[in-house]
Amino acid sequence: MNALSTESIAARVREAVPEAEVELIPNKGPSGQDSLLIGAAKAVEIAAFLRDDPELRFDYASNVTGVDWPERVVKERVTATEEVDGETKEGKKVVETKIPGFLEAVYHLYSMERKHGPLVVRLRTGDRENNVTLPSLTPVYRGAEFQEREVYDLYGIRFDGHPDLRRLLMWENFADYPMRKDYTPPDDYEYEPTPHDAVLEKAKRHQADDGCGKGDPA
Amino acid sequence: MAVDEGLKSELSKQGVFVTNLRELHNWGHKNSLWPLQFGLACCAIEMISATMARYDLARFGAEIFRPSPRQADLLIVAGTVTKKMAPQVVRLYNQMADPKYVISMGACAISGGPFKEGYNVLKGIDRYIPVDVSIPGCPPRPEALLHALMNLQEKIQADQLGPEDQAETAECPVPEFGEHDLEPSKNPGVWHPPQIRRGE
Repeated sequence: MNALSTESIAARVREAVPEAEVELIPNKGPSGQDSLLIGAAKAVEIAAFLRDDPELRFDYASNVTGVDWPERVVKERVTATEEVDGETKEGKKVVETKIPGFLEAVYHLYSMERKHGPLVVRLRTGDRENNVTLPSLTPVYRGAEFQEREVYDLYGIRFDGHPDLRRLLMWENFADYPMRKDYTPPDDYEYEPTPHDAVLEKAKRHQADDGCGKGDPA
Repeated sequence: MAVDEGLKSELSKQGVFVTNLRELHNWGHKNSLWPLQFGLACCAIEMISATMARYDLARFGAEIFRPSPRQADLLIVAGTVTKKMAPQVVRLYNQMADPKYVISMGACAISGGPFKEGYNVLKGIDRYIPVDVSIPGCPPRPEALLHALMNLQEKIQADQLGPEDQAETAECPVPEFGEHDLEPSKNPGVWHPPQIRRGE
């Protein structure tokens, strides 16, 4: 993207779609690939604008994926002034901020017509358990249908307005979402030829149960 | 009535062929295996290659790939067995007529291979059906499949045709889709994990 910076796209979106929540998330890494966090309420309108605006023409959703963000604590060192025995002292203090968990759907948009992209668009759910519905962008980008189904299958994000929201890779009555960070796979570690770390622990437990092998590897 | 191997060889030089019914039966059986036309992943490409002119599986009498399990007596599990596909593989095996054989082709079919410990890949088809020959490799070359077939032919040639060899193969239970995994997660009748001894 040469002429269009992500900030200018964000500005255009704010201008064109009233009440659109658009937040620029800078990427400080070497790629410098900034992304746009858009609010779920106006997501479909924003996507339609990105697709139809003659300057932007993001007509191709290359990739849709999910990210699981569990609840995390961010530690930050801040300079703070403290009053100790009437004297004002300046010192470093570690402030812990608790960030609640959420799920994220990430869309990579390109423009075939204008030959620019990718534009990274993110959508966030309220939490990881009950409030996991996001608007589907399949009505805008037809090619997102199966990819949104995959995100639903593996992360458990429910896409509102999706024409055919079923599991794609796992079976219908499968209860878990395997790509979430807290997913525990079924315990089938009876035979592990070269186990190490966590797998070794699981294999050892099994061998104690089955009575096969000598148990302690040390 | 056993004929001495040396005498047999002498006689064959003189143009006399000596055999018995068991050997003749096994010879015919081993050279007319009909594999099931069934592939799961990239190993199937190697299996197809093995049947084509360059490797020519037809030399071993196993070129007639049947599209129906009722007509096949060899199941080549060629590729990654996902948990979603595993019940179908077991069902196909159950539908094959006796005597039937299974070749487990490639790392995935043996143990899950590079996808082992993933959420959707079965850790080896031998958890559900009995396997006669396993071929390592990712994927194995067509020569390896030919070697496996020759191993299977040796096994068939050694068949004693006794009552226990003639017995019907027990039906393998088809796993159901459970909430977290296939149920049951293994068939204890056929699957015996190898005994691992560590630190000895």
